[in-house]
Amino acid sequence: MRIVVASGKGGTGKTTIATSLALAAGEGVRFLDCDVEAPNAALFLAPQLTERKEVGILLPVVDENICTHCGRCAEVCEFHAIAMIGKKTLVFPELCHGCGSCTLLCLEKAISERLEVMGVLESGPTPAGIDFAQGVMNVGEPMAVPIIRELKKWQRFGLDTAENHRLLDQQFEIRDAPPGASCPVVETMRDSDFLLLVTEPTPFGLHDLKQVAEIARELGIPAGVVVNRDGIGDNAVEAYCAEAGLPILLRIPMERRFAEAIAQGQTLVEVAPEYREKFLLLLTKIQGYVQETMA
Amino acid sequence: MKLAISINGNKLDSPFDPRFGRAAAFCLVESETGAWTVHENPALSASGGAGVQAAQFVAKLGAQAVISGAYGPNAADTLSPAGIEMYLMPGNETCTAAEVLALFKAGKLSKTAAATHAGHHGGAH
Repeated sequence: MRIVVASGKGGTGKTTIATSLALAAGEGVRFLDCDVEAPNAALFLAPQLTERKEVGILLPVVDENICTHCGRCAEVCEFHAIAMIGKKTLVFPELCHGCGSCTLLCLEKAISERLEVMGVLESGPTPAGIDFAQGVMNVGEPMAVPIIRELKKWQRFGLDTAENHRLLDQQFEIRDAPPGASCPVVETMRDSDFLLLVTEPTPFGLHDLKQVAEIARELGIPAGVVVNRDGIGDNAVEAYCAEAGLPILLRIPMERRFAEAIAQGQTLVEVAPEYREKFLLLLTKIQGYVQETMA
Repeated sequence: MKLAISINGNKLDSPFDPRFGRAAAFCLVESETGAWTVHENPALSASGGAGVQAAQFVAKLGAQAVISGAYGPNAADTLSPAGIEMYLMPGNETCTAAEVLALFKAGKLSKTAAATHAGHHGGAH
């Protein structure tokens, strides 16, 4: 079962919730930090990153000796990353999304591909036995999606076999999403089973909650809400959740000791062990919703 | 000489549009005879790569030179190998394509060989 922790607004507590949820789920849980522009879950879970892999996109390389300048590649490129000018084929690497359409559709097979490295994947176990992995995008890269896509595909057993897929399907996977409501968030959510939307009862929290809830609806993935810093702000988040049929699954009050502990790199379940049980209950609820959806 | 002038409208009297990739349209005008046609810019609504698409478009129209207010790196990298000259029209004054044409004919417009600004691409998407 794959659970994505997302929020829209940054700083609402995605990583706080995701890390504690993983610790409550216990040994063997897979944790993916999909916020590849600024991954920080490792600060809390302290994994030993033993494995490393460079990832990126496959850029087209046109062999001008074979190319007939038919212009098909430029035509099929949705991102205008290939231009056909007279008898020249121009490739614009920074516009390319690595979809491979040009290579696939070139009738002359004049296009080959080369890996353009955009970042790395790192993985390893945490002291609590969590199977941790994160993507780290290189500074200056504009696109996070290819790294997130590779991170999701990265098998801890190394091989892309049916047996491994079966093992992975049995495993709990928790994905810590990037902030925002754009492509990287959508890519993180894609093919997941449940979206845990963390918000805070403020106008900013609500505004961005609506955006991610809209994406959840669009993707057809069941979602529930965690209200963090409960007690501040107003009741608008509450009212919206009731109206939109979004269940509020957990509330975490605004407490100074939580903020202080998190600022020191501690997790919520470490500073407040009574929350371990609440997170376990949260997991049970989520399992219930997922089974309901599948039925 | 066949000129493509970036404009916001559908005739030679329409206002000049200082943007190249995101221009509303291009007025294709034969500088010797004054004969003109207007072509909507297909790159106006592109999510990215507008400069590349607009440059290919004016190349297909057979333009030998473009007059606009600014050129990004991708537009310049597509226009240059196509042998299309890039003329610059200061964009802070409002004027029509016809007036731009008159300035061009009078030799008042300068040419650029490279991009005039950095790319717009790089936002998260």
